[in-house]
Amino acid sequence: MPCRIEVGLKPGLFDARGERSKKQILRAFPALDKNISVRCIDVYTVDGEDLDDAWIRDAFCDPVIQDISVNTPLTRDFAWYIEVGYKPGVTDNVGRSASYALRLITSRHYPVYSARAYLLSGNLSRGQAEKIAVDCLANSLIQDVRVLDQNEILQVGPHIPVVSLNHVPAVHEVSLDLDDQGLIRLSREKTLALNLEEMKAIASFIADPEVRRIRAQVGLGEKLTDVELECLAQTWSEHCKHKIFNAEIDYQENGKRERISSLFKTYIQGATRDIRARAGEKDICVSVFTDNAGVIRFTDDYHLVFKVETHNSPSALDPYGGALTGIVGVNRDPFGTGIGAKLIFNTDVFCFADPAYAKELPPKILHPVRIFEGVREGVEHGGNKSGIPTVNGCIVFDDRYLGKPLVYCGTAGIMPVQVGGVPSHIKDIRPGDLIVMSGGRIGKDGIHGATFSSEELHEESPTSAVQIGDPITQKKLIDFLLRARDLGMYRAITDNGAGGLSSSVGELSQLSGGCLIELDKPPLKYPGLDPWEILLSEAQERMTLAVPPDNIDAFLDLSTQMDVESTVIGSFTDSGYFHCTYNQKTVAYLPLDFLHGGVPRMQLTATWEPKTEPDPPTPVPDDHNAKLEEMLSRLNICSKDYVIRQYDHEVQGGSIIKPLVGRYADGPSDAAVIRPILEISKGVVVSNGIVPRYSDIDTYHMTACALDEALRNYICVGGDPGHWACLDNFCWCDPIRSERNPDGEHKLAQLVRANKALYEYAVAFSCPLISGKDSMKNDYIGPGIKISIPPTILISVIGTIPEVEKAVTMDFKSAGDLVYLLGMTRKELGGSEYFASYGIVGASVPKVDAETASARYRNLHQAILSSLIASAHDLSDGGLVVALAESAFSGSLGVEIDLKEVACEPGMNDTEILYSESQSRILVSVPLKHSREFESIFAGDARLIGRVIPEQRLIIRSLDGRRLIDRDLESLKRSWKAPLDF
Amino acid sequence: MAQIKALVITGFGTNCEMEMSHACRRAGALSDVVHISDVLNGSIRLTDYHFLNLPGGFLDGDDLGSAQVESVRLKYARIQTSGRTLFEEIRDFIDRGMIILGVCNGFQALVKSGLLPGNPLGKRRVSLSFNDSAKFEDRWVRLAVDPQSPCIFTRGLERLFLPVRHGEGKFVCDSETTLKEIRDGHLAALKYADDSYAPTMDYPANPNGSIDAIAGICDATGRIFGLMPHPEAFTHPANHPAWTRLKELPEKGEGMAIFENAVKFLKGII
Repeated sequence: MPCRIEVGLKPGLFDARGERSKKQILRAFPALDKNISVRCIDVYTVDGEDLDDAWIRDAFCDPVIQDISVNTPLTRDFAWYIEVGYKPGVTDNVGRSASYALRLITSRHYPVYSARAYLLSGNLSRGQAEKIAVDCLANSLIQDVRVLDQNEILQVGPHIPVVSLNHVPAVHEVSLDLDDQGLIRLSREKTLALNLEEMKAIASFIADPEVRRIRAQVGLGEKLTDVELECLAQTWSEHCKHKIFNAEIDYQENGKRERISSLFKTYIQGATRDIRARAGEKDICVSVFTDNAGVIRFTDDYHLVFKVETHNSPSALDPYGGALTGIVGVNRDPFGTGIGAKLIFNTDVFCFADPAYAKELPPKILHPVRIFEGVREGVEHGGNKSGIPTVNGCIVFDDRYLGKPLVYCGTAGIMPVQVGGVPSHIKDIRPGDLIVMSGGRIGKDGIHGATFSSEELHEESPTSAVQIGDPITQKKLIDFLLRARDLGMYRAITDNGAGGLSSSVGELSQLSGGCLIELDKPPLKYPGLDPWEILLSEAQERMTLAVPPDNIDAFLDLSTQMDVESTVIGSFTDSGYFHCTYNQKTVAYLPLDFLHGGVPRMQLTATWEPKTEPDPPTPVPDDHNAKLEEMLSRLNICSKDYVIRQYDHEVQGGSIIKPLVGRYADGPSDAAVIRPILEISKGVVVSNGIVPRYSDIDTYHMTACALDEALRNYICVGGDPGHWACLDNFCWCDPIRSERNPDGEHKLAQLVRANKALYEYAVAFSCPLISGKDSMKNDYIGPGIKISIPPTILISVIGTIPEVEKAVTMDFKSAGDLVYLLGMTRKELGGSEYFASYGIVGASVPKVDAETASARYRNLHQAILSSLIASAHDLSDGGLVVALAESAFSGSLGVEIDLKEVACEPGMNDTEILYSESQSRILVSVPLKHSREFESIFAGDARLIGRVIPEQRLIIRSLDGRRLIDRDLESLKRSWKAPLDF
Repeated sequence: MAQIKALVITGFGTNCEMEMSHACRRAGALSDVVHISDVLNGSIRLTDYHFLNLPGGFLDGDDLGSAQVESVRLKYARIQTSGRTLFEEIRDFIDRGMIILGVCNGFQALVKSGLLPGNPLGKRRVSLSFNDSAKFEDRWVRLAVDPQSPCIFTRGLERLFLPVRHGEGKFVCDSETTLKEIRDGHLAALKYADDSYAPTMDYPANPNGSIDAIAGICDATGRIFGLMPHPEAFTHPANHPAWTRLKELPEKGEGMAIFENAVKFLKGII
């Protein structure tokens, strides 16, 4: 008889989790009676007999603070009991740990299922309780809910969400002898996400008599198996093959036509190629575009490895699980690069709709506040529990992210230049090496993730694509594999992400020239999976390795000892084929060159029509003080303290410039500096840039500005402009024209222009692109509604600072310091946060002058290394006045500024100078004693605009000498902190 | 003079082992980072060490409550070669007069396995519960040192400034008796303090609502010490959250004092 265990805090103790849940409920249902109370208890269901009472107490109960009750309710003192448990097959980390604890005690395996119960008291109807359960406490995609009253709880039985498939695994043949309509229908029905051309390419492959002859030799018929078709669809997915970035594009702009053969090769790889050629011996790139992450030099002994991914579609459906999987998933990219890197930091950037969104939500869309909180918590658990500091990030708000939020997760690692005399950034697989899968088991989780994310979100999107990451299983896996790496036990490692084994083994097999996978070998979470599901499952926390046969025994022994499951699932070959068997029978036999090279190239058309109408007149506020407070309270400007503090940004002991800085450690840092090797002073700098609002005018300048923002953030803290590299992450709305997407050609033109800018500015700044990602279908289509995100690029910069002791923060340091503005202020308010506050887009998007900016950044770096600078802060959203306010209140020192002294275009008024978002500008404060030396470095590019004052006030004089702004810092800081103080 | 040997335990979710080992080395000890599976298989023995470090992290995900599964592991898991439990090994280690430092998750493990306050050894009398905010938070706190505490790790110190990074750090006792024992024995070596370094119950200076503002306690001998704040996170002067505002950068971070005291104490007894 399974037993049901309830554990709750002893009466009288403050129930913090209950209080937090209450706050959440009242935020979601503001009309509810404020006097409700919520208690949280933990529920465990153990599927097994003969459990000693003492064992149960030792495993589940903290006797100092908790009471425990077995098979009877802990209490009946509530109005409603809401139990939230997982659906069958959903990853249950708590249940897994509980089962492990019982194994430690009894040496036996007891499955345990966890649930959380919320005990609600107060004046609530059953209907209200059910609504709270469904809309606030549970996600019905992954969780089951029971709502019980005091009497019903007496009848409650154990809830055992065990997966029972009752399915005999089988392989089916699929006929592609279909007309065009039939092929398209097949693609849609099976979530293959292949277009007609691609389906036809596969159909003609299988129709080839020579192919059929070879297949007959291995016992395969004249039709493809479902294993093969699914494998092809996954390998050819937009997610894996980046078909849009590799398409042939016919681009038209102002009547001029241009043929672009692969955006990726032309602009992204092209930029890096040209930069590397010019850099010669100073080239910092080690491995670019060939592995799971980019690799650059760090010191003579170590390389840096960096990757940023997106996990948008899963986060839209299950924000917590999607984001958690996003962060622990991207961890495996640097970890799966070369022969593996140790992970040193995370960086996260989120794009959400307004958390206070008050309009009606389209079907299947979660409220933005649930997305916000779920994503925040997923990344918190993923990052913190993995012991990787989250050092940097930002959050962008725009209601067009309602349909799909963007969840960018990045991770960097560090790898020794060599391990045992072998370069660690290279994978070297030989025929005969064994294919080993280490880590978690395979279930139905995440099947079709790669193809699902290659489509827009729609009402029938498959829910099996949702999964929940397990940071502890992964931590154990990483501890084990780093040790195995240093012992030289394996030759290559890669992660199982999108596409599962199909993708990981498929890609590695190119190195040896073939593979043989025995699909009956991988361990499963539960029986009943078809072979194609085993091949494609995206179940998390798994790495694939190439282990030489001589090392396999030692490898498996170490794995067992460190409580990690590893299984030999086949071998690498040089057969030229991707070969799978199931129970010794061949179920897939695809030539590698067709699998990887057979996808037809897309032919696309892009048409650009520039926006021509000029800016409207700049609105001038009646009260500049009030306007400034309003601007500081805008979601894109306000403090993100609430989120930042819930992320551990200091673990590993190398934190130098934290995300929060200043006198009270609450100012917004421009970039992060860490010291991954505690014995040396050289540090790593990481920053980001993202400005999707500018896409409404021109994605060319949006891209240039995103890159410039990332670089100037990097420069502000002391990053070396001679040792930087960046990643590009494109999140686009569907750029392929179709009936449902009539403006596809415009969106593709936006993509082309973004790539052109990326090439030109990366080359101009000599900042190589080392890796990246694209997510091309960020649209939501519901009944009568389509929501597309604004084209969004995240640029993430990584580089170094020679001595961390030279690093600089953004807060003013001492009264009397001189305040300089570097760079020219232009009438560039198009797409600005200021215009947005009036609902205006405008046309005068900021433009980057890379030549003067590069010189300025080099000069500032020289000044920082010479210790001339007290503070440096980049000007971004909200322009000069926001930067001034932030530097002032973060340093608890006032500032007095004269707008007359600002270098600006003629004809600009006070308001425009305050709020223009012209790029490449930096606000610097300099001690008086260094001012001459500082000015000599900048030769006119630095304009003295004011000084730091001891009074706690922000004072700005207008062009005609009036006190335009005069506000106390406390009030400004309060406005800045208020909006996201959940 | 004998070389001090520190053992830093990792594995199954621990994640501050690298900086803890670094702090031990900087303080003058030899230090090994050892996976707990190597202790369980008998290849590493506590008898070869003087200073046992239990670093921060999320052992087993803290899924059943912080360090709850670790307390089960210490009590039930047996070392392959000797058949003894980890708890028995640690008890012998303590009986030999050696010292133990548990930080954050390591502190949680010490209290949940009854090694702190350690009277009697093995009985859980205090715990670390969810922060009153119900949030994990990373923030720096001021800490007042009880000069009358027997704690050998805080000898000669008056105050410390260190980061906390936890969601379950609220110190609670099972009874008034236990609390009185802690007070009378000056076992609460560290308390969360306000700007003037006086113990405080006010959030966020007291980040979690700990009773008596307790941030760390030792046993009656002063040789076993657990604390929620992270001394190993402040070894370099530029770990300080506002170091760029300091006129002069000190030679090292304040957290080093804890490790230096440990090494100094051991040098005096071995």
